[in-house]
Formats: sequence, structure tokens, C-alpha cells
Amino acid sequence: MFEIGLGHYLILAAIIFAIGLAGVFLNRKNIIVILMSIELILLAVNINLVSFSIFINDLTGQIFTLFILTVAAAEAAIGLAIIVVYYRNSGTIRVEEIDQLKG
Amino acid sequence: MIDFNLILPEIFISLTLMFLLIVGVFKKNSSSLIYNLTILSLLVLLALVLNLSHIEEAFIFNQSYKIDNLSNFMKILTLISAIFVMLTSSKYLKLIKIFKIEYPVLILSSILGMIVMISSNDLIVFYMGLELQSLALYVLASFNRDNLLSTESGLKYFVLSALSSGLLLYGCSLIYGFSGSTNFDEISLSISNVQYGLTFGIVFILVGLAFKISAVPFHMWAPDVYEGSPTSVTIFFAILPKIAALTVFIRFLYVPFINMIDQWQMIIIFLSIASMIFGAVAAIGQKNLKRLVAYSSIGHMGYVLAGLTTGTNEGIQSSIIYLSIYLVMNLALFSCIFMLRRNENYFENIDDLSGLSKNHPVLSFSMLIILFSLAGIPPLAGFFAKFYIFKAVIEQSMYFLAIVGLLSTVIAAFYYLRIIKIIYFDPEKEKYDTDHSIGLKLSLLLSTIFILIYFIYPNGINDLVSKINII
Repeated sequence: MFEIGLGHYLILAAIIFAIGLAGVFLNRKNIIVILMSIELILLAVNINLVSFSIFINDLTGQIFTLFILTVAAAEAAIGLAIIVVYYRNSGTIRVEEIDQLKG
Repeated sequence: MIDFNLILPEIFISLTLMFLLIVGVFKKNSSSLIYNLTILSLLVLLALVLNLSHIEEAFIFNQSYKIDNLSNFMKILTLISAIFVMLTSSKYLKLIKIFKIEYPVLILSSILGMIVMISSNDLIVFYMGLELQSLALYVLASFNRDNLLSTESGLKYFVLSALSSGLLLYGCSLIYGFSGSTNFDEISLSISNVQYGLTFGIVFILVGLAFKISAVPFHMWAPDVYEGSPTSVTIFFAILPKIAALTVFIRFLYVPFINMIDQWQMIIIFLSIASMIFGAVAAIGQKNLKRLVAYSSIGHMGYVLAGLTTGTNEGIQSSIIYLSIYLVMNLALFSCIFMLRRNENYFENIDDLSGLSKNHPVLSFSMLIILFSLAGIPPLAGFFAKFYIFKAVIEQSMYFLAIVGLLSTVIAAFYYLRIIKIIYFDPEKEKYDTDHSIGLKLSLLLSTIFILIYFIYPNGINDLVSKINII
């Protein structure tokens, strides 16, 4: 029977993390997609922490996960608020048009 | 039994900020009252921290929160700079019409985050402090919400900072998994041999921290955010988050991972050299003063990191002295920028300084002192800051780092001297207003005097710092 071990969970988390990173850097369209990619990164970290916590028999990792979930929610709320304020001023949230500040 | 006296400052600040928020919501037109109460509560907080400053080393909450000489010194530094930042910026806030109740409350909550970060001895506590600080800073950067540049800088800061927090968290999870604990002391006990998981974790966390102090190659947010956000927020960005991030740098590298110095030393050396060179070269062509300050602060962070590469107590102490002097110089420079005001408009381009000496001799002279000090010209404070760093670096025979540092000081001197040339030798412009608030004049006066007379009695600060022994 095929056994699922710590390594599989870590690889899964690493793949999700990489997808999140790629989403932030490759995306040229919409800033909301960047917000989703950042959530994806945080979820990858959560998978990592929970699987470590199970495999080394220590509860700290799961508590850490709860904290991260809370912070991620707050971060998403603030991020969306900033996006709304920006949209009111500029009328667009396309990533390539956010270029007033440069030099 | 938990000794709650040890976290009295933190309890006080959290209760105060909730109280101020309630007052602000229920009392109409109370922004002035809240602003003054915030300054008052920062003073009380300073007294509370000073009251604990005799404690050499104490732990609470299962060793996850640490009070020692380093945390006391850094907290006092944070609070004093916060008070001066608040004093300088009140008139600016009123004139550009963002004098609202939320502003001081947000400042207080980010200060709470910094204080938690400074005392943290555990990855979870450190992360919570960092996020509390950053969440408040995102909002502060975009606080002038009808202004396109301010909201854009807030948006950029949010995206990049959230990304770097994600990287940092991934590092935390790896370190937790491979060492079995989130506590710094327990991590250091459990490291027996070099594991690649831990090395990866260190790298990810260093990326996150380097982002917070805007070291190259993670600096790309700094110039945009400094230029776009309101000047009162820029001065906050330029001063306070660096203190907290540097403290975590010291604690994180020198408590759990001092035995893995071979693994992280090269990373810090690279960050340091890259920041010093980039900060010196990229600032040359700038036209906006705030943007110039951003590049110069990137360069200065390079010197601070150079002190951390040594792996000795002297190196750490020289970094802390450098940071303290850098804070004073930045406070003074921003006080000057706040004084460039004519008919309720603030000016922030380098051209606006042209011929300043004809109309404002005193302001020009203090700017001369500040810029000479930033360039590192003896006998001003900035020279001694660099001197201690180079002394610590050369004692460890890291000559390459010292030579690069000296060369980039020379390059950086060019753009500081160019501003002095513009102030003293270019054609004069209209006179600026001179009715500045007492707080602004006071902070410019005190910081300039500090820069001028530091060399007479350097031991005042050096003795305090020499009590900080991490290793």
C-alpha cells in the first residue's frame, strides 16, 4: 500500500508556494489576482506547518496556523480597501497601468 | 506566575489605543485632542519602559518574550523617535487636510507592533508583531486617500510587503519543522549539525527582514513609497521600522543561529555591499528630495548590515550606534524638508532649495551640518558612526567589505555636496514661510545640536550601547 509521508506534504506545499510566487510575478492583468496569489502563499505555509506539527508531535505548529489564518484575513481586508481607494482615484486596477511613481 | 509588570508598557499602549479610538468615534472634532493625548501617552510609555530598564534579562510567557538590555535600548530609541516624529508633523497634517483621528491611532498601533517585535524571542510572537506593524503601515502609506500618488504608494507597499511576509513565513515553517520549536533559545539548543532545511529557512527569513529594512536587492518599494506617501508618513517609514527590523536581525542571527555563521555570513555581506553601492550610485540623478532620502537610507542600511557581518559584540554595538545616529540625522533632514513651505504648499524637489542661504541662513546652515554629517565628514556624528563600523569590520580582517564601504562613502558624498552647492551658490528663489510650530523648531534644533556636539562626549551613548552583549 502506498504510504503518504511528510515529504509528500512538503512537496505539495512547495508546489502551491511556487504557484503563488509565479502568480505574483507573471501576472500582468489584475491586482486582485496578486491578492489571491498572496493568499495561496500563506495557505502553502499553513500546509507546511500543520504537516510538520503532526509529524514531530508538537502542537505549536497548529497554533501558529491559526494565527496566520487570522492575519491573512486582516491583510486581505486591508488590501481590498486600498485597492478600492486606488480605483476611485485612477479608475483602473490593471497592473501595468500602476506606474505614476518611478525613477 | 507571570509577572505582568514586565509587559506593562505593552498593556498600557494597547489599552490606550483602543480608548483613543473610542474617544475619537464618540466625540466630534476631537482630532487635536487625540493627537495631543497620543504624544502624552507616548511620554508615559517612555517612562514605563525606563522604569524597567534596570532589568538585565527576564523572560515571560514560556520564554517567548524577552526583556534585556537590547530590547530596553531599542524600545527607548523607538519611543523617543516616535515622539519627535509626532511633534514635527502636526502642522503638515493640518495643512494637507489629513489631520484625522485615525492617524495617531494607526501610529500607536504600529508602534505597539514594533515593541512586540523588539522583545520577541519566539517566531510566532515575532510574526504577530511584524504583521501588526505592517498592517498599520499599509494604511498610513495610503492615508492621503484622495491623492493618486499616496494610494499608489500604499498599494505598492501592500503588495510587496505582503509577498515578503509570505516568504518570511515559509522560512518560519521550515525552521519550525527542522528544529522542532519556534522558540529562539530552543532552536539554538536543537541545532547539532547543519541541515539544509534550516539553511533554506534562514534564507527565506533574511529575505523578509531585508525587505523590511529595504536592503538591496529587496529595496524596490522604498523610493516609490517614500515619494508617494505624505511626508509625515515618509519620516515615520525612514526611521521607526528600521529600529525594530534591525533588532530582529540581531536577535534572529545571533541567538538561534550563531553556530551557523558560515551559512549566513556571506548573505549579509552581499546584502551590505549591494546596498552600499546601490544607495550611493542610484541617488545621483534624483530630483525629488524624498526619493533621494530613500536611496540614501538604502545606502545607510548597507553600513548597518556591515556591522552585523562580523559575528562579534563590537560589530553589533557599532551597528546600533550607527542606527541611532542615522535616526537623528534623518529626523533633522526631514525637519528641514517640513520647513520648505510657502502659502500652505509644501515643496520637496531639490530645485526648490536653490539659493536657500540668501533668505534663510540658519536653516541653510543646519542643513549644511546635516548633509556633511550624512556624507561622513569629521568631526560630525555621521563620521563617528562610520568609523565604529569600519573599526569593527577591520578587526575581523574583512578588508574587502571595508574598502567597498569607504569607496561608496566617497561616491555618496557627491550627491550630498551637490545639494549644499545648490543651497549656497545657485540663484535664489522666493522666501519660504517662517511660522513653524514649536515642535518642528525644537526637533531640528535638538537633532542638529546632537550631530554637532556628539564628538565632545561620545561616551554618553557608547556606554549605554556597550552594555548590550548578545553573544
